[in-house]
Amino acid sequence: MTDTIFATATATATGRAAVAVVRISGPDAARTVRVLTGSLPPPRRAVLRRLRGSDGTEIDDALVLRFVGPNSYTGEDSAEFHIHGGAAVQAALLGALAHLGLRLAEPGEFTRRAFENGKLDLAQAEGVADLIDAETEAQRRQALDQLGGRLSGLQARWGEALTEALALLEAAVDFPDEELPADVSARARPVITHLIAELEAGVAASDRGARVREGFRIALMGPPNAGKSTLLNALAGREAAIVTATPGTTRDIIEVPLVLAGYKVIVADTAGLRDTTDEIEAEGVRRALAWSENADLRVWLADGTDSRATFEGAIADDIRLVTKRDLADGPAHLEGAQFTARSPNDLAWLEQTLTERVVTALAGAELPAATRLRHREHLTEATDLLRRALAQDDHLELAAEDVRLAARALSRITGRIDPEAVLGRIFATFCIGK
Amino acid sequence: MTWDVIIIGGGHAGCEAAAASARVGARTLLLTHRIETLGEMSCNPAIGGLGKGHLVREIDALDGVMGRMADAAGIQFRMLNRSKGAAVRGPRSQIDRRLYREAMQAELAATPNLSVLAAEVVDVTLQNGRICGVVTAVGETLSAGRVVLTTGTFLKGVIHQGERRIPAGRLGDAPAVGLSDRLYASGLAMGRLKTGTPARLDGATIAWDRLEMQDADAEPIPFSFLTPAITNRQVQCGITHTTAETHRIIAERLGESAVYGGRISGRGPRYCPSIEDKVVRFQDKTSHQIFLEPEGLDDDTVYPNGVSTSVSTETQDLFLRTIPGLESVRVRQHGYAIEYDYVDPRELYPSLEVKRLPGLYLAGQINGTTGYEEAAAQGLVAGLNAARAASGADPVLFARDEAYIGVLIDDLVTKGVTEPYRMFTSRAEFRLTLRADNADQRLTARGAELGVVGSARARVFAVRAAELAAARETALSLTLTPAAAARAGLPVKADGQRRNVFDLLAYPSIGFEDLARLWPQIAGWTAPVREQIEIEAAYAGYLARQAADVAAFRKDEDLRLPVQLDYAAIGGLSNEVREKLAAVRPLTLGQASRIEGVTPGALTALLAHVRRRAA
Repeated sequence: MTDTIFATATATATGRAAVAVVRISGPDAARTVRVLTGSLPPPRRAVLRRLRGSDGTEIDDALVLRFVGPNSYTGEDSAEFHIHGGAAVQAALLGALAHLGLRLAEPGEFTRRAFENGKLDLAQAEGVADLIDAETEAQRRQALDQLGGRLSGLQARWGEALTEALALLEAAVDFPDEELPADVSARARPVITHLIAELEAGVAASDRGARVREGFRIALMGPPNAGKSTLLNALAGREAAIVTATPGTTRDIIEVPLVLAGYKVIVADTAGLRDTTDEIEAEGVRRALAWSENADLRVWLADGTDSRATFEGAIADDIRLVTKRDLADGPAHLEGAQFTARSPNDLAWLEQTLTERVVTALAGAELPAATRLRHREHLTEATDLLRRALAQDDHLELAAEDVRLAARALSRITGRIDPEAVLGRIFATFCIGK
Repeated sequence: MTWDVIIIGGGHAGCEAAAASARVGARTLLLTHRIETLGEMSCNPAIGGLGKGHLVREIDALDGVMGRMADAAGIQFRMLNRSKGAAVRGPRSQIDRRLYREAMQAELAATPNLSVLAAEVVDVTLQNGRICGVVTAVGETLSAGRVVLTTGTFLKGVIHQGERRIPAGRLGDAPAVGLSDRLYASGLAMGRLKTGTPARLDGATIAWDRLEMQDADAEPIPFSFLTPAITNRQVQCGITHTTAETHRIIAERLGESAVYGGRISGRGPRYCPSIEDKVVRFQDKTSHQIFLEPEGLDDDTVYPNGVSTSVSTETQDLFLRTIPGLESVRVRQHGYAIEYDYVDPRELYPSLEVKRLPGLYLAGQINGTTGYEEAAAQGLVAGLNAARAASGADPVLFARDEAYIGVLIDDLVTKGVTEPYRMFTSRAEFRLTLRADNADQRLTARGAELGVVGSARARVFAVRAAELAAARETALSLTLTPAAAARAGLPVKADGQRRNVFDLLAYPSIGFEDLARLWPQIAGWTAPVREQIEIEAAYAGYLARQAADVAAFRKDEDLRLPVQLDYAAIGGLSNEVREKLAAVRPLTLGQASRIEGVTPGALTALLAHVRRRAA
């Protein structure tokens, strides 16, 4: 019983190669090609086809190459789709394949199938061993990266929580005659609940993949007339916002797309933040706040010519600019970079700063699409299983089974949770002695 | 006279090995120091428990002896975790030592193809590196192409009791020194382990009326699939606790303990600590539970489970009398710790044959395990494989998805041990499938194929299997619409889906009786058949997932690696991985994958090399 697998064959460090090759292999390969392309191209000939998902949505125009087993790399029926390298296109194709019931390949699985079908010679086989290990390790790192560098130690923490939860459940299962606390299995509940919350945060973090596709959001913040529109225009190099000297001119949100270090970035000029009785302006302020809450980065501007100017509302991670440096030195109490949008040097410095922040934030999202997909699947699966474990009030052995399956789903991140470690935890925590 | 298989040792591993070898048809000789100690329970008078009870059921399913003997000698049957799910219920019973010994001795005496001889074995004989027989203390040589060594704690055994050190395999029995020297000389990796036992008490000196008592189950459930009912009178165990005074005495005299006095180097089990360990490691716990277990119906000796110790006999008397109910207790035999040699089980194939000494098989504590059940399970596998080898048949492996026996042996030969190994259900990744209740379904048919299951059991099993198959078919064929269910008062969702007996039983609110009223044809199911259907219904979703996991597991498990593989010749492996593989010599790709530090890439290289060789 062999299933049909898929993977991106051209996984690069950045996932932004011009062309991506997605391979599939297994008994369902031909059917899959037919569903995606609408017809079955002749074997071993590259043809151009428009790929559509099973719901008819267009994915991309692709070069499609089909092989009939045993005359293929794996020895099975297989196919290659050469598509455009963008993350969104790749994700769409991989999603469509998963939807059609294909399974994401394990590291080295294509190669292993090739061995099993006698397609590789020894020299080739030996060379790929290192490759597979490197790929396995890279995926683990990528998965961790994706959860954000700030969450370092996550791997250890999740492993710890799983071990702890299993130890509490297994103690109640395996040692019924021992003097364990009456609530020993119930003590697993808060551990599992807390872990679910962390995993959900992980799923949310993995949404940063979407940021690559949709754009990194930068909000320009500050009181009216602080120079937000001037800055936006300078960044955009064109008159995107109406710049006047009358405070409160910008009443709606003006979004300007930029490209920084190859990433799509959206900079928004928001309505000046001030208490106002003007209904339309008030609506603008409300929208500005909503947009800024959703933003990935906030740049605060304070008018350097205004002695009462503040950065009120700014938080630690925000960038602070004391504007109009060309007009005034700025009040001494303002801590921020002295800046003017009229200076090409200042603009270059700001662009550099923004670029660094964008790259730092999206670095983890720069994963090959396949890794992201797999990683998200694992997090979601583990979360579902842990939820089910919490619902197994009367069935301790099923709760333990669910946690064990969750541990397996997360094992690429946490490493394998060895039963020996679980037993070790039980014996260290409880005096088991009959 | 030449034997096919000689078994050395008459403990639980030895008895099971001898019986298995004889069942397979090999001319088998069992050698033991003293015939009257065959089947002796050297430590606690109980068999079974979580994981352990599962092993006993599996031994029984393969027509082994332990389950039937325990049924004949059991005096307090309890199904542990009775209120929890079927997969984690474990049969256990207190055992009458004398009844067990007698039953075992009678069983072995009546076993065809098996001879029993009292002899002390001091060495094995070798020819061209292969085992060809054994040498006894009186200088006699007995020939056999296969020898199973089940020496328990006898290999260079040393008993510690306070300051006293007594070379012994068990109190009153001399240790085996020559055999240990032979194993060391063969270059086997070996080490020291320790275990302990508590004092044995005179039951007449215990104030039972002041103790909490624990009853047997009202309806004792036998270990063996062949035992119709338990006929022994059932007794109670007492429960008491250590006191602050007990702990004070032990803490004060800790230096007397062999471990804390620094006289023992071997590692003991974490889960069966001596009372000294408990006092030291769990200082915030002011009291520890003790079970007072009767040793027999006609024997008022009591085994205080929970206070194994190696302090001096004087201190033992002193601390025992601080325990409620034991104030005037008289000790019949004092507790002790025993240290003994074991062989790193990674020296063995899963058949339990020693890689470096073809023809020699090891089973039981010599492989670093603890417990009668673990020993017996290995004995069965070693005896079976030795007998098969004698007739030129291939070795038999039990895999992790088939049996706890498979989990036990795979853990041992793949990972080795750092402390005495005991079975727990949490070691089995396919726990929901490997249940005590279905051991026969998992193993008896295979055992019959292998020739280790006799015709009597095979017939009983065939009947039960047929009943069960028919019941499953019926359960699938009887279906209800939601409307019909509602008319019968069964609360199911009105989704238009027809539901069969399994589907309906999976509802916590629907019982077998409800369905039996609806479909009289299932009312006639026997209790065991009904129980199986109910369990399969309750676990349905999980068992389906586990079946898929088993299929994935099988893929690697079915990929056999040659026994003699030159790991140095395989490119693409790091030196570290090479050494690990060479040390274990895994028999399957699956086993290789479970060796710590073996990477997916290394497995691919291994596979490629093997395919190449096969081509």
